Amino acid sequence: MQRHLISAADLTRDDAVQILDTAEEMARVADRPIKKLPTLRGRTIVNLFFEDSTRTRISFEAAEKRLSADVINFTAKGSSVSKGESLKDTAQTLEAMGVDAVVIRHGASGAPYRLANSGWIDAVVINAGDGTHQHPTQSLLDAFTMRRRLVGRDAGIGQDLSGKRITLVGDVLHSRVARSNVDLLHTLGAEVTLVAPPTLLPVGIETWPCEVSYDLDATLPKSDAVMMLRVQRERMNAAFFPTEREYSRRYGLDGDRMAKMPEHAIVMHPGPMVRGMEITAEVADSERCTAIEQVANGVSIRMAVLYLLLGGNQPAVTHTRVEEK
Amino acid sequence: MSKILIRGAKVLGGEPQDVLINGEVIEAVGTGLSAEGAEVVEAAGKVLLPGLVDLHTHLREPGREDSETVLTGTRAAASGGYTAVFAMANTFPVADTAGVVEQVYRLGQEHGYCDVQPIGAVTVGLEGKKLAELGAMHDSAAGVTVFSDDGKCVDDAVIMRRALEYVKAFGGVVAQHAQEPRLTEGAQMNEGIVSAELGLGGWPAVAEESIIARDVLLAEHVGSRVHICHLSTAGSVEIVRWAKSRGIDVTAEVTPHHLLLTDELVRTYNPVYKVNPPLRTERDVLALREALADGTIDIVATDHAPHPHEDKDCEWAAAAMGMVGLETALSVVQETMVDTGLLDWAGVAQRMSFKPAEIGQAKGHGRPVSAGEPANLTLVDTAYRGQVDPAGFASRSRNTPYQGRELPGRVTHTWLRGKATLVDGKLT
Repeated sequence: MQRHLISAADLTRDDAVQILDTAEEMARVADRPIKKLPTLRGRTIVNLFFEDSTRTRISFEAAEKRLSADVINFTAKGSSVSKGESLKDTAQTLEAMGVDAVVIRHGASGAPYRLANSGWIDAVVINAGDGTHQHPTQSLLDAFTMRRRLVGRDAGIGQDLSGKRITLVGDVLHSRVARSNVDLLHTLGAEVTLVAPPTLLPVGIETWPCEVSYDLDATLPKSDAVMMLRVQRERMNAAFFPTEREYSRRYGLDGDRMAKMPEHAIVMHPGPMVRGMEITAEVADSERCTAIEQVANGVSIRMAVLYLLLGGNQPAVTHTRVEEK
Repeated sequence: MSKILIRGAKVLGGEPQDVLINGEVIEAVGTGLSAEGAEVVEAAGKVLLPGLVDLHTHLREPGREDSETVLTGTRAAASGGYTAVFAMANTFPVADTAGVVEQVYRLGQEHGYCDVQPIGAVTVGLEGKKLAELGAMHDSAAGVTVFSDDGKCVDDAVIMRRALEYVKAFGGVVAQHAQEPRLTEGAQMNEGIVSAELGLGGWPAVAEESIIARDVLLAEHVGSRVHICHLSTAGSVEIVRWAKSRGIDVTAEVTPHHLLLTDELVRTYNPVYKVNPPLRTERDVLALREALADGTIDIVATDHAPHPHEDKDCEWAAAAMGMVGLETALSVVQETMVDTGLLDWAGVAQRMSFKPAEIGQAKGHGRPVSAGEPANLTLVDTAYRGQVDPAGFASRSRNTPYQGRELPGRVTHTWLRGKATLVDGKLT
C-alpha cells in the first residue's frame, strides 16, 4: 500500500480487500461497551478541513479517537486561511507542531496530491475529498457496505465484489464520489454503470472502466446496488437540466422504480440526501436503503485506513485477546 | 566606430560566412573578410540568425514588478536571442492610453537590451465594452500598431468588428486571444480524458475554435487583417488553413510550450503546467508542428508570462496561469521543429524573426543578414545540449515547465544594432 491515500485508483485489489477486512475487525470494536483501541496512542492527527463537511469530519474524528490518537481539528473558516494564508504555510505550520498525519478536505481538485508530493511536509496525507476529483474513504465505505450486504459479513472476508453489478445515478460530472467508486469498484471486480443526463457526464468519460447509460429504468433490473448521487439544485441554473421536477421524473428514485430492482438489491446514498430530488422519502426510509449503515461503516473504514497507514507493523486489532481476558 | 567580425558562422544555417558589423549596421557578408580593426567572434559551427522578434511577451511593468520588469524581461529576451519584443497590454494600469504605452516604450529604450514595442489594449481596461483610444496610442511616441486584450477575449462580436475596421485607418492589427468566455467559466485545463479523471474544470477546444471561426469571417467581411494569438488546437489549425485558402488576411502564432507539452503533465497537479490556453493533447501538438512547418501558422511567439513563486507554489486551482518562455523558446523550437526535420534554420528565421517583425511592423527588425541592414543578430550554438536550470534565468520569475529537461541549442551572442547584449551566454 502506498504511504498516502490520495486516490482510490492508487489501491490494488489486495490493498482494498485488506482495508475492508481490517474494517470488519474494527467494526467489532464498535459493538463493545468501550469503543476504544490503544493503537495510535501518542500519534497526532490533524483534520484539515478547507471545506465545510461536518459528517466526514466527525466520522474521521470518531475513527481517530477510537484509535486513541490525539486529534486536532482545523477548519478554514475564521482561521488565518481566510486571511490569505496559503495551503503550504498552513500545512507546514501544523507539521511544525508535530503532526503525524493530515486528513485533508479541500475544494480544489489535487490539493491533497500537492500536499503529499510537493515536499512541503513529511506527514502521511489522507484525502477526505478534493474538489471534483476523489473521495477514497467514501468509496471504501461504499464497497464495505456492498460487500456486507451482497456477499455477507463473514462470507465476505478476503473477498472482492467480482461480478456484482453496481449502478451510480446522478451528477457524475461534479462528483468525487463517482470517480472514486468507479476506480475502486472496478479494481474489486464489480461491473459499474453510470446513469445520468448527458450534461452531467464529463467529456472524456469514454476511457473510464465502466458503462454509461442515459436510461435509468433499463438499468435498474440489472443492478445489485443502486447508488444515488446528490444533485445540487443550483445545477439547473447552469442549464444542466431544465427543472427539478424533470430531473426527478427521469433520474430520481421513487418507490415504483425501486420495485424494478431485483429483490436483493440495495439502494445507497453517500449523503447528504436531497429528498424529493434524486430520492423520495419513501425510498430513503425503506429497509433497502443503506444510507445510515454507510455512515456507521464510514467510521470502521476510516479506522482501518488510519491503522494501516499509521500503525506500521504492529499487530492489527488486539481486541479479541482483550475480550478473552 | 566599433567593428565586430563574426567569423565562419552558418548564416541562417547555410554555408559558413563572415559577417562584419560596423557600428549599428552590417557592413559586409562574405568569406575571408578582413579582421583588421575588428573584434573577432569565432563562430565556426554556430548558426547566425536575424535577431529574434517576439510578438507576445508579458513584461508586467507597470504594476507587477514583483514578477518582471521591463529591465529583467528585456534581459531575459536578450538572453534568449531576441532583439525586439511586443509587450502585452494587461499591466496595471492597463496599456489602454498613450501615457502607459509611452512609458513602457521609453523604459525599453533606456535599458537598451531589447527594443520594446508596446501592444495597446483593444478595449478600455480590457473589459471588452468600449474601444480604447487606439488612434492616440498609434500616434504616440510608442507608435502602437498591434492591439490586443490578451488574457481576455474580445468576445463581443460588434466590438471585435469595430476594432478590426477601425485600425485599418492606420494599418494596425488586432491580435485576438480566442477564448469564448461562457464555455470556459471555471476552466482549469484542457477538457478531455485527463480533465475527466482529475476533476478539473475543462477548457474545451471549441471555445477557441468558435472564436477563431467567427473572427476570420468578420475579418473577411470588413476586409481587415486579424492575428490569432497562441493557437493551441488541431481544430484551430483547420480553421486557419481554410481561412487562408479562402484568401482571408489572417496570421497566427503558436507558443513553444504548445509545440512540446501535453495535458498528461497536469496529472502531477503541478501548476507550473497551468497556462492559458491550456496544454492540449498529443494529437494537437503534432497538428501544430505540422501547421508551423507548412506555414498555416505563421510564427512562434512565446507568451512569456512571469509569475512570482508563491503564485505557483500552491494548489492547482489557486495558481496563476502562464509560463516564462523567452529564454527557452529557441531551444524548444530546435527540439520540436529543427531536430525533427520539420524546419531548417532559414525556416526558423522566417517564423521567429522576419514574419513576426512584419506582422507587428517592427522597424529595423526581421531584416535579412546582408550588407547595409541593421546589425540585429543572434548566434546559436546548435550542437549544445543541456538541462534547463531556471536558477540561471535573467527573468525575475522562474515558472518554467522545462526545469531539469534536456534541450538542444544555446544562444551565445545577441547584438542589438551592433551592440552586444549577450556575449558567450552572459548578458553585458
